[in-house]
Amino acid sequence: MADRPGVGAPPAGPAIEAVGLVKTFGADRAVDGVDLTVQAGTVYGVLGPNGAGKTTTVKMLATLLRPDGGQARIFGHDVVREADTVRGLVSLTGQYASLDEDLTGLENLVLLGRLTGLSKRSARERAGRMLEAFALVDAAGRQVKNYSGGMRRRLDIAASLLNTPALLFLDEPTTGLDPRSRNQVWDIVRAIVDLGTTVLLTTQYLDEADRLASRIAVIDKGRVIAEGTKGELKASVGSGSVHLRLRDPGQRAEAERVLALHLAAEVQLDVDPVALTARVGDAGGDRGAAERASRVLAELARRGITVDTFSLGQPSLDEVFLALTDRRAGAGGAPADVKEGAPA
Amino acid sequence: MSTVTPGETAPRGDELTPVSARSLADLLAADERPARPGPFAASMAFGWRAMLKIKHVPEQLFDVTVLPVMLVLMFTHLFGGALAGSPREYIQYLLPGVMVMSVVMTTMYTGIAINNDIDKGVFDRFRTLPVWRPATVVGYLLGDVLRYSIASVVMLTAGLVIGFRPDGGAVGVVAGILLLIVFAFSFSWIGTMFGLLVRDEKTVMGASMTVIFPSNFLSDIFVDPATMPGWLRTLVDHNPITHVASAVRGLMDGHWPGAEVAWTLGWSAALVAVFGSLTVRLYNRK
Ligand SMILES: Nc1ncnc2c1ncn2[C@@H]1O[C@H](COP(=O)(O)OP(=O)(O)O)[C@@H](O)[C@H]1O
Ligand SMILES: [Mg+2]
Repeated sequence: MADRPGVGAPPAGPAIEAVGLVKTFGADRAVDGVDLTVQAGTVYGVLGPNGAGKTTTVKMLATLLRPDGGQARIFGHDVVREADTVRGLVSLTGQYASLDEDLTGLENLVLLGRLTGLSKRSARERAGRMLEAFALVDAAGRQVKNYSGGMRRRLDIAASLLNTPALLFLDEPTTGLDPRSRNQVWDIVRAIVDLGTTVLLTTQYLDEADRLASRIAVIDKGRVIAEGTKGELKASVGSGSVHLRLRDPGQRAEAERVLALHLAAEVQLDVDPVALTARVGDAGGDRGAAERASRVLAELARRGITVDTFSLGQPSLDEVFLALTDRRAGAGGAPADVKEGAPA
Repeated sequence: MSTVTPGETAPRGDELTPVSARSLADLLAADERPARPGPFAASMAFGWRAMLKIKHVPEQLFDVTVLPVMLVLMFTHLFGGALAGSPREYIQYLLPGVMVMSVVMTTMYTGIAINNDIDKGVFDRFRTLPVWRPATVVGYLLGDVLRYSIASVVMLTAGLVIGFRPDGGAVGVVAGILLLIVFAFSFSWIGTMFGLLVRDEKTVMGASMTVIFPSNFLSDIFVDPATMPGWLRTLVDHNPITHVASAVRGLMDGHWPGAEVAWTLGWSAALVAVFGSLTVRLYNRK
């Protein structure tokens, strides 16, 4: 297999190139013209709410569903015409663990090892090392039906790595996991990417996309509504906000007036009686925002309002997401071109 | 357990990172690139899986052990006196047929197992592997061959205990069982097709029963078709199950039922050709 892109040496050109992908279920256009380009060796996040079409998109890219329109290439190979070649290059960890519940963890991995062409003995050896790497040695002999959600997820990812895929699809890898298991999965993803494997990750959590992915496509109702690096996405909704906590709740009303005056923005009074939040506005980029924020602080100090904590943050992806979906609802579905507003 | 070494992701709080990045790196960097398994190797791997499932869920052998023995005892004593004068006489006629019936009924479980795999998502993982696609199903059928053999041996033993004396001896009995297993393997493809076609397990069962039930009872398993009215007799004579039961009965009885064996093998080939290819098509389309 000379043309197989190996780990550690991502091949030139994109790992995924999808143009106008469509999948309909009856009258429902689950995926409605999705374009994606994912560079090899990166983590790409596909972010969207439940029912957005993430799983359907991933299944088409992984050769499990045949697209009704458009086309997709994985490392240059067409997912329909060269499905078998594509299957040799990718692995999919589905939204729901795809393991044999009756078998033990070890047996699951040995089976998949044999199916990638290893002899029974090398399959066993590789499975053992994989279980070690994923800290599942103690559970190796237990049936998967007795695994916890986090263990199952780890075994599922281990199973997807047995054939050393050049591209790994992770469909909502942390949905339904407790925070500790979620952190473990994040560590695994980082480790995988460090080794050169390209990862396409779908998620409903902005936080997750923010932590793991370098580029993100936001999809909603089967369409890509925004695409770019995290920075570009954040820049597209303007700059960040200041968050203040005062010592004396009695001074909050006055602080609110100061903020409104100097930032010309709506001030939000938090549930916490000493906290306020306001947009800084995006004129002048980050530096402009910082200048305005420090003027606000000076003015507050001049008036004798004591500020306990102060932070100036970039907008969270949450804000980006809400802004994008709002904008789309208002603008009748035109994709937001986030790159225009991006800082150089 | 994994150990944290410098360069790995830092542990959060007091917990260790679960993946050892270094051993993972070794694993993924290993330039061992085995050739893809051929159809035979892939089928054997899936067959191994089927064996493991039997090992882990031995309850599923209920329908190839307890149930067939019950059927043998029940039908022998229920019909024996009325149909053949005595249960002991009737069992010489009945046992091969009841073996056919039990084994054919068991074929339903292949479809159910496949339907379960689809439900659980493990099917999707198999479908992203670059292996010969029917291997998953063939593997199941290999496991089923074991189940059919167990059922046959269990019923034979029960029969021998209550007075079954096959004139064909060991050779005839083994030949009969082998022929039955070949037929059951082929008949199973009807179940696999239903398993891929319908949405849930109950429907697979219902659909399979609709095929299995009449084909068993409208056969010569219980009574000689010579006693039936003309139209029914025509139907029974053309039922493949009749051919199988007659062939197995003949082999165990010590004569060589050439025509019936040929009919059985012909039907087997036809079932594989039709339902095997339908199954593969459905598999690819899923
Ligand atoms: N097999 C199917 N049959 C009918 N509708 C489906 C099927 N799979 C998905 N859908 C529909 O397609 C839409 C997108 O689903 P999905 O891709 O699973 O979204 P996500 O993974 O983003 O939650 C949903 O409206 C869902 O109901
Ligand atoms: Mg989904």
